[in-house]
Amino acid sequence: MAKSLRETIKEITRTHLRRNKGIVLGQCLTAVGWVGGTLPKLYEKDGMIELSMADVAGGGIVVGAGLMGKRPIYVIRYQGFNWYNAPIILNYACKSKEIWKVPCPILIRGIAMEGGIGPVAGSSHHSLYFRMPGITIFSPMSPQEYKFIYKYFLKNDDVIYVSEHRSSFDNTLALTDKLHGRCDIVIFAISITRFEVTEVKKMLKKKNINIGVANIFWIKPFKIKSLWIDKLKKSKYGGLVLDDDYDSGIAKSIANDLNLKSGKKVFTLGLKNKSAGASKQKDNLPPSSKEIIKKIESIIALITKK
Amino acid sequence: MLSFNQKINIFKTASLCRNFEEETFKHVKDKKIKIPIYLSAGQEYISSTISNLTQELKINPLIFGQHRCHSIYISFGGNISKLINELLGSSQGCTYGMGGSASIHSKKINMYGHDGHMGTQAPIGVGACFASKKPTIVFLGDASAEEDYVLGALGWASTKNLPIVFIIEDNNLSILTKKKIRRNWHMHDVGKAFKIKSYDIKDNPEEIYKHKSKFFKQPLLLNINTNRIFWHSGAGQDSDKTFDRHKNEMKKLGKKAEDIDQNNKKKIAKLWQNHLEKQLKR
Repeated sequence: MAKSLRETIKEITRTHLRRNKGIVLGQCLTAVGWVGGTLPKLYEKDGMIELSMADVAGGGIVVGAGLMGKRPIYVIRYQGFNWYNAPIILNYACKSKEIWKVPCPILIRGIAMEGGIGPVAGSSHHSLYFRMPGITIFSPMSPQEYKFIYKYFLKNDDVIYVSEHRSSFDNTLALTDKLHGRCDIVIFAISITRFEVTEVKKMLKKKNINIGVANIFWIKPFKIKSLWIDKLKKSKYGGLVLDDDYDSGIAKSIANDLNLKSGKKVFTLGLKNKSAGASKQKDNLPPSSKEIIKKIESIIALITKK
Repeated sequence: MLSFNQKINIFKTASLCRNFEEETFKHVKDKKIKIPIYLSAGQEYISSTISNLTQELKINPLIFGQHRCHSIYISFGGNISKLINELLGSSQGCTYGMGGSASIHSKKINMYGHDGHMGTQAPIGVGACFASKKPTIVFLGDASAEEDYVLGALGWASTKNLPIVFIIEDNNLSILTKKKIRRNWHMHDVGKAFKIKSYDIKDNPEEIYKHKSKFFKQPLLLNINTNRIFWHSGAGQDSDKTFDRHKNEMKKLGKKAEDIDQNNKKKIAKLWQNHLEKQLKR
């Protein structure tokens, strides 16, 4: 049986600690859940280091370990915690190679989830890292993609932000682009929206709307495939970028890049511009298939009207 | 008790720092230096004493400082020409023209640059010490020590019993705001609360040396009271009544110290002159 993403991350972590003599740092790692089952049951003597609950200082401690070449993996249990964990990483580690010619390789695991967990713990917050030079951002949703990131981490000396999502941890399959024939609209999906889009494609096919699906795994530097631009140029209605973060960030930036390359309008759909509440009615969830379809229909109406 | 030779060695280092800062002061004033400058004159006895102490211990520690760090760099053997280049904005500078006065770095002396956010050197230094197990010194000002993440770093250094020394260069000022306006607590009390051996002392070498045997065995915090001679930034003097450790020590050590100081003055002035002439030719 193929390994799930959860098992893959666990295996990579074990390799990092045991074979590559790296370290893993974070808060409450060795507690009941072992961060959603992605960590092997190893302890400080093995390199699994429990930090105190001082978030900002914790980020700084990881930077110090990075400067010493220990290739730390830093586990941030909820991406919203980055607002306190990221400052020293962004302002020191990301700049270190450029300013002082001292690389500070760190792999940051930011884990997203949502649904009834309120305004801080919910959703992806990868846009927070996006604007700083000196960082590479991935959002892996499959075991294959995660293995690629780990190899990349060992071969390069970048600061890497890995935008994970708990709902992908059971996934065993590779996610591939679906860009067959002439697309009416091309969807560029990030993070957990990559799963939702499969459903959207099926539903819109019934209405004779052919959706192209491009998976955005490598977010920064944003790698544009020539096929994406080709399909966008030939599309009827342009493109749509989907994200699990607010769209005033990575989504709009990527949409702008795609628009400039293709000359086509590229729209965005991410979290709604409001804080997430803990109750179901007040939550702010990533775009559902229903919402994505509604957005696509509104784009089609807008373009057709012109 | 320190021997005369030990005192002279510390004085030599301090005198080099002081003369560097006084010469730099002139070139800030005559606008040959065009970037913000944070002079450490008045505080140089701290890094001079500690660098001599670590030399005696035969330890080359990892060093983490922040702005007002020229004396740290010079005390631990940083290349002075490269520091001048840095202040003149040259890519030949110790931080390749990227860091300026506030972010001095040198691989040769294990001194790591600073990002400009006060106090970040505490958690970064703690992380480096933890990961490498190397003796580490973190220099902080009395204001940067107030940053919340410094406190988190102290706590973790204590929990992990690291071979780290936190030196608080306490000049009582954050720009011009005095400590008593900013807080009603003392850093040595905070250190003690975190179970770190912590002391409140003066920048007198004899006092600093009393703690030599505690260096790098477990976390140690020395809040060292000192005086900033010049403005927070730029070329000006806050007061002409400020106690000057350097002058005081020179007076106590006599002719030999005076001669060392004169030689350093000439040496530094010449070095600056050479660099300024080269800059004009470029």
